[in-house]
Amino acid sequence: MTRSSREQILNEIRRATGGPSNQQEVEYAGIRREYRLAGTLNPRARLKMFLDRLNDYNAGTVVCEPDRVAEHIASTLTSRGKQRIIVPAGFPRQWLPAGFEFIDGAGLNYRELDRSDGVLTQCSLAVAFTGTIILQDQAPGEGARALTLVPDYHLCIVDEARIVETVPEAVRALEDSKTVAITTISGPSATADIEMTRIKGVHGPRTLDVIIIGAVPRADT
Amino acid sequence: MSVRVGLAGTAPGFPEAAKTLLSNTQLRHNLRHATNVIRKKRERVVAEMPDWQDLRNTAHEIKNHVLRHLDTYLEQFEMACVRAGGHVHWARDADEANRIIVGLIQERGHKEVIKVKTMTSDEIQLNTALQSAGITPYETDLADLIVQLGGDQPSHIVVPALHRNRMEIRKLFLEKMGLESLGDRPEDLTEAARQYLRERFLRVKTGISGANFAIAETGSICVVESEGNARMCTTLPEMLITLVGIEKIIPKFRDLEVFLQLLPRSATGERMNPYNSIWTGVTPGSGPQAFHVVLLDNGRTKILTDRESRATLDCIRCGACLNACPVYRQTGGHAYGSIYSGPIGAILTPQLQSMEHSQTLPYASSLCGACYEVCPVKIDIPEILLRLRNRIVSNGDAPLSERIAMKSAAVALSGPRLLRIAHAAARLGQIPFKKGGAIRSLPGMLAGWTEVRDLSAIPKQSFRDWWKERERAKAK
Repeated sequence: MTRSSREQILNEIRRATGGPSNQQEVEYAGIRREYRLAGTLNPRARLKMFLDRLNDYNAGTVVCEPDRVAEHIASTLTSRGKQRIIVPAGFPRQWLPAGFEFIDGAGLNYRELDRSDGVLTQCSLAVAFTGTIILQDQAPGEGARALTLVPDYHLCIVDEARIVETVPEAVRALEDSKTVAITTISGPSATADIEMTRIKGVHGPRTLDVIIIGAVPRADT
Repeated sequence: MSVRVGLAGTAPGFPEAAKTLLSNTQLRHNLRHATNVIRKKRERVVAEMPDWQDLRNTAHEIKNHVLRHLDTYLEQFEMACVRAGGHVHWARDADEANRIIVGLIQERGHKEVIKVKTMTSDEIQLNTALQSAGITPYETDLADLIVQLGGDQPSHIVVPALHRNRMEIRKLFLEKMGLESLGDRPEDLTEAARQYLRERFLRVKTGISGANFAIAETGSICVVESEGNARMCTTLPEMLITLVGIEKIIPKFRDLEVFLQLLPRSATGERMNPYNSIWTGVTPGSGPQAFHVVLLDNGRTKILTDRESRATLDCIRCGACLNACPVYRQTGGHAYGSIYSGPIGAILTPQLQSMEHSQTLPYASSLCGACYEVCPVKIDIPEILLRLRNRIVSNGDAPLSERIAMKSAAVALSGPRLLRIAHAAARLGQIPFKKGGAIRSLPGMLAGWTEVRDLSAIPKQSFRDWWKERERAKAK
């Protein structure tokens, strides 16, 4: 009987490395990790950094108080000329302004998603240092992966309390749900494939707007 | 079993290929522009990281650790992936991987596939295998699309169409997409690609991707990208096949906190690339409901056997060493005759497909060390290059002229008498070629050396003679 490819590959590896070792866990725990595990900024500076990074990616940004979310969703959608908007299950109904057509995202096929004007979601986490929004597949208010992918426009509502400063803080916050599919979004879809010029918008949503619920920065800061 | 790396087995040697490419001024202009832009962006975003070196150190240690325990981690990955509803296949070489993938697609009766950019699929020439089985592959990464439509070869690990400028791309799109008119701004070209691919994304039922990272602990795959084409290919189709080189394993989910900081800054000079997708097996109600992982060896276990050059497998394919390399920046990727070009290609290709091919590649370097400086996982590429050169020479595979030269040098340097004779002979021999203190051109097989540089002439007096004379003068 010929040995399977699986066995052959594993045997080749064992021959090269000297075989399985019981030191693996100990060795892993001994790996040096001297990089930053957490940030140092106060909430205001963290928010400012997040806004700067998003602006750098060409995403639209607004900061608003909790009781004015619906109002800002309305003005953002109007300024972008968007009317038919997909909303995932679990998105707070009280934030949906009048005057728009909000479509339940559940059960829509890809072509129906493609025909919408855009999608409105929340997010699980955000990272200030890299200007990143993190979505978890089918989480309440975040929807299935296709929802934030096929439509050409994405408006994301970020609660300031969900913004962490660094990447390690975000990865560790996801530890308990690490097998849920994750999409991280840092600005709108882009490419630099032609002469290394970053062009906004290829296949994912070509426009990304972010409304942050939090302390509105004063004009003097 | 036969290891194949793209078309590298039949490619011309580096010096030959480089000579042709160096005379292409358009190519050199495109190259210089593109590599300069990425280098500048990379420098800026790396400089703002207070812990860059710490991250490099950790990444280096994690990668070394994985390679030492690769068998255990692969088994862990398989178990976790299967538990989450995925299927895991093992392929010893390119042909076996292609057979598995073609078989899976034929089983479903699918005729088309949408592909995420994956160097590994170029390595095994998957597209050729698909086409000969009557399956049409659509490359969906913009640069890969440019390469595919142009019947071209990738010239860079991260930006494979870096050798093409916008005018060339416009011409190609007009012709191949059957368009009547098209602007030449990058925006126009990008819009054309979006239109061309959108219908295919919504229609095609099999997606094929590579993996930037495969997480042993959870059986998850992580794909890093910019355009959203990878999200399309890994989310919309009914079936997803992910081709993974066995070295892409990382131990735990939390190790992403290291690599997701190093990779985008090194690859494209961005703080974070627009999209990362991380998924585990099959998720009911979202994404592909059939998921297959093909774990590929294709020469990797052979590299693992050599402790000194094993670190070649640490590579996370960021391409920073290409942009930093003074040789790559002149010749571009095609000179390397392999889809893996630049410094990493010069060590990866010859080791993967054994030294019978690509013997000139370890010499395609000035050993300046710029590649090591920028490598996010600290692969000591110059050290491995030297080791490979050594291997070529001890296999007796060095060019004849070099072997004669080295043998003669060994004889001449073996004793003072022979060296004095050699010096005297050279002093006489150089007279016809000497101008001032320099030799500007040499004849015969030595001509290559002086083609691009001057050689200092051998002085009238050797150090040994000068020393002797000095001692004599002192004694007086």
